[in-house]
Amino acid sequence: MRALLMRTCLADLAAPAVARAARGALERAGVQVLVPRRQTCCGQPAWSAGHPEQARAVARRTLRAFAGEDPVVVPSGSCAAMLVHGYPELFADDPEAGAARALASRTLELSQFLVRHDLSPGSGASGAVTYHDSCHMLRILGERDSPRAALAGVAGLELREMADTEVCCGFGGTFALSFPEVSGSLGEQKARNAAATGADELVACDLSCLLHIVGRARRVGVPLRARHLAEVLAA
Amino acid sequence: MRLRVRRTSGGTAPPPRVAYPETEALRERAREALQDDQLRGNLRAAAGSWAKGQAAVRERYPFAEMRAEARRIRTEDIRRLPELLDLLEERVRAAGGTVVRVADGEAACRYVVELARRRGARLLAKSKSMATEEIKLNEALEEAGLRVVETDLGEWILQLRGDHPSHIIAPAVHLNRDQIADLFRRHSGEEIPNDREALIAYARRRLREDFAAADIGVSGVNLAVAETGTLCVMENEGNVRLVTALPPVHVALLGMERVVADWEEAALFLELLPMAAINDDAATYVSLITGTRAPDEAGDGPTELHLVILDGGRSALRGTPFEEALHCIRCGACLYSCPMWRSVGGQAYGSPYSGPIGAVITPLLEGMRGERSSELPFFSSLCGACHQACPVGIPLHDLLVRARAAVDTPASRRARLAFRAWSILWRWPPTYRASVALARIGLAVMGRRGWVRRLPGPGAAWTDQRDLPSRWPPHP
Repeated sequence: MRALLMRTCLADLAAPAVARAARGALERAGVQVLVPRRQTCCGQPAWSAGHPEQARAVARRTLRAFAGEDPVVVPSGSCAAMLVHGYPELFADDPEAGAARALASRTLELSQFLVRHDLSPGSGASGAVTYHDSCHMLRILGERDSPRAALAGVAGLELREMADTEVCCGFGGTFALSFPEVSGSLGEQKARNAAATGADELVACDLSCLLHIVGRARRVGVPLRARHLAEVLAA
Repeated sequence: MRLRVRRTSGGTAPPPRVAYPETEALRERAREALQDDQLRGNLRAAAGSWAKGQAAVRERYPFAEMRAEARRIRTEDIRRLPELLDLLEERVRAAGGTVVRVADGEAACRYVVELARRRGARLLAKSKSMATEEIKLNEALEEAGLRVVETDLGEWILQLRGDHPSHIIAPAVHLNRDQIADLFRRHSGEEIPNDREALIAYARRRLREDFAAADIGVSGVNLAVAETGTLCVMENEGNVRLVTALPPVHVALLGMERVVADWEEAALFLELLPMAAINDDAATYVSLITGTRAPDEAGDGPTELHLVILDGGRSALRGTPFEEALHCIRCGACLYSCPMWRSVGGQAYGSPYSGPIGAVITPLLEGMRGERSSELPFFSSLCGACHQACPVGIPLHDLLVRARAAVDTPASRRARLAFRAWSILWRWPPTYRASVALARIGLAVMGRRGWVRRLPGPGAAWTDQRDLPSRWPPHP
């Protein structure tokens, strides 16, 4: 089985280890991973801020970098949702509308891809984690079960559900910058709910949420460790 | 419950005027609301109890099927809107009513004020109506020297406070019983115990006086049924029944999109609206008003019915990417489900409609101009909880993104310029990689023991509230 991996711009910027882990987890599950060299960003920052034209210019790069027939795997619920749900609208009146719809139909988030193809990286761990349902993963991709199934496949790992796991952490892209107080307040609530489980770390499918939640946790003195789901699966 | 009461003259003071805090920045209002622990406690309690009840309702009823059917009907009826409105108008007239279509709030207010003058009215009794909030009817009536009394308990409380609604269905949900008891004591000068029954008894006694004296009753309309020209108004207190039946003249304000073709369609919404709004399959009272009291009919009912159909920017949304905003049945579910609304309440939005639907329709109805347009669509993390909560399936998170794209203000033009620069850098892999490498160097230089506490430039808003890990995984 072969797949194209999107590294995501946020991993490039803040945590290249996440993209490496995604690749490692896929390869351990027996997937031949290609990482298109000409990829940049899916364009979501501009799209969700209300600048479709600027988003389209960058998204077109993604469209071409991931051309072909191979499935596309994204270690981010939010970027995957952009490709799956956003691109058909972003390119609706564009000559590349067909390519956008095709890309949408062969894109899956990392845990979705593994679970749907019944693949297991055969990872092992010890201790307990709590899982944060990131919004686009949960409500746009409609994906509640795959990440939990993937975590259940990690030998020796316990999942402890936190209170209000389906409530937004308050990141929200540019929202985090336009309304930092409301964003921070929601992030703090999320961090406290995660810490209250007594789990060793917080796991999510979106690096953006994790950066926001642990960053807020550290600012307000809540001890909280975090890792991306890909890192747990690659361990 | 018997009350020990002491009458004073304090009770007749005119209520203070409502002022929307339009000039302040939304961020500042939100920040203030965040610091109000009492407000946050009240909101948490209300949203929590709604969420619990909503989960139960969704288990008890085939909610998904009803939602899909409702979406289908709303799509069809908005498509047929001009035809349905013509039919509605014809049937209301046939039943003895007067129908007037108005282009905007100003025209609606002018009509009601002139009607009141022609009838020599002095007191108008009003039931809860978001459309009248939208057009600022109370202000217009008071300016014309008329007295207007809100008869919905929540709205009456707000009128006494000079406050405005924080929720579409539960306007005073941001207040708790202690605050209401204090208000009633101040207002009446009476020793009213802090007890649900006593508070309601006081409001009922005061409101009954006004019902009996009102010259005109003003209501909103939840749903108009075109085939029979019937206006449906749902409520839980009985005040709508009195407002629409006791005074000799009834004025009903209808947002033009709130119309269905027939009773088969209406039946669904008579169930679905209360299911989403109050977690019940029926409102306590449903008034179905078809025309006026017939000449040979003795007893109750106004002899005049004026149906005012408000456009107010609605028809301009048909056939645009925002058309689905017209599907809204004003249940308030998206407010209760919204993390932003739950955090700061409705007042912070500075518009009669708050929450996700308010952040979408307020700017749209105002033509995407002005301060509220540049602020409101951005006050959302786009988490999609609103779409999940919406009983007619409006993709509110998509509409918010489209509204952001439609904003054209100096601030939005500056942001667009910045994103243009970004898109030039990030559409080319070499410049993308260079900018990423630069950012990583910056992160390494600024990091102290794995964390950055202060970022320069636009990143400052990030570190205003959070640290940023300069290494991953982060070590707390």
